[in-house]
Amino acid sequence: MRVEIGVTTEMAIEDDVLVVGGGLAGAMAALSAADANDDARVRLVTYKQSTLRQASGLIDILGYTPAGEGPLVDPFDALESLPTGHPYERVGSEAVRDALAFFDEIAGDAYAGGHTNANALVPTHGGTVKPTARYPASTAAGLASDDRDALLVGFETLPDFDAPLAAAHLEAAGVPFDARGVTVPFPGIVRDDAKVTRYAHLLDRDETVTTGAGETGAREALATTVRDHLEDESRVGFPAVLGDDDADGVRAELADTLEVDVFEVPMGPPSLPGIRLEELLYGALEDAGVRVTSGVPVVDYETGANGSDEHIDHVVVDRNGTEIPHRADQYVLATGGLVGKGVRSERDRVFEPIFDCHVPHTPDRYDWFVDDVFGDQPYARFGLAPDRELRPVDATDEPEFVNLRAAGAVLGGYDYAAEKSGAGVSIATGYVAGKRAAEVVDR
Amino acid sequence: MATDTEVLVLGGGSTGCGIARDLAMRGLEVTLVERGNLTDGTTGRMHGLLHSGGRYAVSDQASATECIEENEILREIAGHCVEETGGLFVQRPEDADDYFREKLEGCRDCGIPARVLSGREAREVEPYLADDVKRAIEVPDAAVDPFRLCVANAVDAENHGTRIETHAEVIDLLRDGDDIYGVEVRHDSGPGKRAHGVAGTTEEITADYVVNATGAWAGQIAALADLEIAVRPSKGVMTIMNVRQVDTVINRCRPKGDADIVVPHETTAILGTTDEEVSDPDDYPEEEWEVDEMIDTLSELVPILEEARTIRSFWGVRPLYEPPGTGTQDPTDITRDFFLLDHAERDGVSGLSSIVGGKLTTYRAMAEEISDHVCEKLGVTASCATADEPLPGSENIEALEAGMDDFGLRSPVARRSKQRLGSRAREVLETDAPNPVVCQCEGVTRAEIRDAIADSGSDLNAVRIRTRASMGNCQGGFCCGTMASELHPEYDEATVRSALDELVQERWKGQRHALWGEQLSQAMLNYALHATTMNRDRDPAGEEDASLEYDAFDGGRPAAEPRTDGGKHGRNASRDRGDH
Ligand SMILES: Cc1cc2nc3c(=O)[nH]c(=O)nc-3n(C[C@H](O)[C@H](O)[C@H](O)COP(=O)(O)OP(=O)(O)OC[C@H]3O[C@@H](n4cnc5c(N)ncnc54)[C@H](O)[C@@H]3O)c2cc1C
Ligand SMILES: Cc1cc2nc3c(=O)[nH]c(=O)nc-3n(C[C@H](O)[C@H](O)[C@H](O)COP(=O)(O)OP(=O)(O)OC[C@H]3O[C@@H](n4cnc5c(N)ncnc54)[C@H](O)[C@@H]3O)c2cc1C
Repeated sequence: MRVEIGVTTEMAIEDDVLVVGGGLAGAMAALSAADANDDARVRLVTYKQSTLRQASGLIDILGYTPAGEGPLVDPFDALESLPTGHPYERVGSEAVRDALAFFDEIAGDAYAGGHTNANALVPTHGGTVKPTARYPASTAAGLASDDRDALLVGFETLPDFDAPLAAAHLEAAGVPFDARGVTVPFPGIVRDDAKVTRYAHLLDRDETVTTGAGETGAREALATTVRDHLEDESRVGFPAVLGDDDADGVRAELADTLEVDVFEVPMGPPSLPGIRLEELLYGALEDAGVRVTSGVPVVDYETGANGSDEHIDHVVVDRNGTEIPHRADQYVLATGGLVGKGVRSERDRVFEPIFDCHVPHTPDRYDWFVDDVFGDQPYARFGLAPDRELRPVDATDEPEFVNLRAAGAVLGGYDYAAEKSGAGVSIATGYVAGKRAAEVVDR
Repeated sequence: MATDTEVLVLGGGSTGCGIARDLAMRGLEVTLVERGNLTDGTTGRMHGLLHSGGRYAVSDQASATECIEENEILREIAGHCVEETGGLFVQRPEDADDYFREKLEGCRDCGIPARVLSGREAREVEPYLADDVKRAIEVPDAAVDPFRLCVANAVDAENHGTRIETHAEVIDLLRDGDDIYGVEVRHDSGPGKRAHGVAGTTEEITADYVVNATGAWAGQIAALADLEIAVRPSKGVMTIMNVRQVDTVINRCRPKGDADIVVPHETTAILGTTDEEVSDPDDYPEEEWEVDEMIDTLSELVPILEEARTIRSFWGVRPLYEPPGTGTQDPTDITRDFFLLDHAERDGVSGLSSIVGGKLTTYRAMAEEISDHVCEKLGVTASCATADEPLPGSENIEALEAGMDDFGLRSPVARRSKQRLGSRAREVLETDAPNPVVCQCEGVTRAEIRDAIADSGSDLNAVRIRTRASMGNCQGGFCCGTMASELHPEYDEATVRSALDELVQERWKGQRHALWGEQLSQAMLNYALHATTMNRDRDPAGEEDASLEYDAFDGGRPAAEPRTDGGKHGRNASRDRGDH
């Protein structure tokens, strides 16, 4: 390395484990690395917002087999018979259980579902139900296998959740309870296009709002609005906008006032349960002493430190045009899939942009899809193929680099949307990749 | 014998709807039948160029003259369907100077206002033009929205008493000796206004005169009465970009060729097109090379297209025709003029005329000529008024501009809504109820969706073409479900669900041709949203035996049972169930 006095940009930042990408997989990898080796210096470098902000906040393990059987009552049973190359098959079912236990410990009371091996069926904002393994506490009272009647409440200004339609849809899906939906104005929302975070903050801060009943706090005003519609239901579901910083408090107060259980129906982007999970994970990263550098992309890498081009010496981070080397002993790639941009494509190729790891695919892009939108879509399986150590392999099945592991949606060989396995694979592979990386740290 | 209607028009494209409006305004009783939805044929699958005539100024001056006349008329009567973008014929260094000169002279011969711009001036108009563009001819090309135009004609025809029957496929021509006296249609349960015929039933509709305006399908209709029309359907691809790289119509100034026009259309730019004869207008290959050619060739004019994001591609078939014996080899050389085939003169069978060929730009003139012909047959003397009477939505645009601010919408939304609705904006948007945006990409509000539903029933594809909802960057990934919700409670849950499925499948169809780069990422996001968040791909409500065993799944943690969290105390036991 050339050294020029005063040019700080050429000083490499040194760590033991460097995780690239700060979504669910990257956060789990960094947390498990810190957990597995107290002495290891762990850093997480991440660029844009992760898909957590788009995802519902549910933790799916496996809802359907890759062949489409399901919904599976017990996801763990089915883990044993997954095809070779599936990320769960790579890490083994024991590791999936360990990873989930690790997640449960981190999530604490914020998540439920750990009391049973069975999947839960959660009502979705489209009105159907979907199998998942862990769900936010805010969703717990809404499960579809709970036979108490439910009132769903939607808001006039929030077209993404049509409560009467969702209730009718749930009944068409055969749920064991009566569902009814009403649409009401949201007290204090004056703009037709207010963001969901605006709804949440109104309730968080319990802002004073004016309704027909005069001036009250937003929580009381909402409860009053809903009370008029309540018949003999013992639980009430809202779209997932019930607070951000003080979601538990908001829910508890609504429940107390209405004297029913209150739950949230997970929504599409931007998703408050997803944002809450992200906040939870970043809090845990801080507690675990992980250094987090965010808002900057990793753009390149160098090999050759030990005279080997199979060993990554350092990666290059672009900080506003300045290239800063980050060196570590072990690296974990958790840059996401097509959505997170860890996997990209052009007209004639699919590739992984940082290390150019091999992404199996056919060159003809007309073979990347099938005509049925919900058919067996090849593009949904795009991603890196890992060995059992989670090291991405090249076209001849040899590891691309000795000190690079990959986790989460950047891996291929599974269709998380069809299987309902997205967060589960990110947790399991993040956990394993981080743990292994920390265990072999050379220090 | 009394007939059901005076004139029966077959085909709900621009030609058929234009004829229906023209005849209805002349006081005739008209019925129009269409096998799918309005614009389901070529009209809904064209490039959106309101020709100035420049394109035909060298090869076909009669067409060119007609184009410029109609171009000027449509700006008047259909202002809300036309965006006055202007157009450029751009010459690259390798394009012939002679042809450039002929083009310029041709425009002047045909009365098309034309002005030469230097390369630098052209780049001032359109900064993304290639650096080596030599010069350009500026002409009054414009962008036209074929959906709005066609629907406006149909609505006005209805206002003048016409019965418009969609999802009614002509399955037979009623022929008595040498006279055609009507058709038999089969009503379909398909989407759309499900108001008239009952699905699965057939109906005979008799008429004094039948006009076959089924475009590329005209030969199939004629064959029902043993008549022959040698339509030569020719397909063309159009590739839609995610943003408007250009605000002016860009044409390549050379004799003929594929991939030589970019048309700005609403928030997008559309590249086109190809010209390939096909045997069946309902079944032809949609090929990868065609999309590649659009991007590769047109980026010679506008280099950033090479790297830009395309959101979908679609194909249409031209209803080309030439009189028997002409024998043109290359479909590009077949005339773009239209033909009125009077089967009485041609085949000795009375009561029927067919129209084939033509362009959307000249639909009104075609309709006028055909309507004159029909009136002559029926001995009616009323004359045509369509060149002067504005279409619904086009009256009074200025008054509308003035009053737009009141609608309480954010301005880009209001502006776009106003453009879509024309002078009907106030009527549709002035509502006391909350009016949130349903489609973010295109800025379409709930009131517009509901207005379109009132028109087209539970057919969300018809709502889409009326409003542009679901036609932006996300291709409906984020708004299809919300659009469907607006059908409820007027339509029941099962109808809403199937309308949504139909829309999602339709949106996917076009995206398949744009699946790389950003759009592939978008497709994965859409898929995740629909399949992962909502489980729409495995919806138990859609399954035959919806006998899910809910009991077997996690029902939440009952408060009464011993807990595994080491006995942390709950809050209120009666409402504690599962809430952890
Ligand atoms: C709409 C949607 C809904 C979903 N719903 C569910 C659900 O209900 N249940 C479920 O279990 N799963 C769900 N998932 C799936 C699940 O969220 C994902 O599979 C999982 O979050 C992927 O996590 P990840 O960490 O691998 O990737 P991501 O969350 O995509 O994170 C990748 C991160 O890497 C960063 N990055 C990318 N390139 C670079 C670079 N060069 N340098 C630095 N950083 C970089 C990105 O900015 C991003 O922050 C959903 C996904 C989507 C898209
Ligand atoms: C690729 C391409 C690009 C083009 N670009 C332009 C352009 O930029 N500018 C321009 O001016 N023109 C353009 N055109 C030409 C223009 O689109 C057509 O000339 C025009 O839309 C034809 O309208 P139509 O009503 O005659 O036919 P159509 O729109 O095809 O209408 C015929 C209707 O008949 C219906 N039908 C068929 N069979 C039956 C049956 N058995 N029973 C009942 N109904 C039936 C069909 O469903 C269809 O809706 C383009 C054409 C193509 C193919």
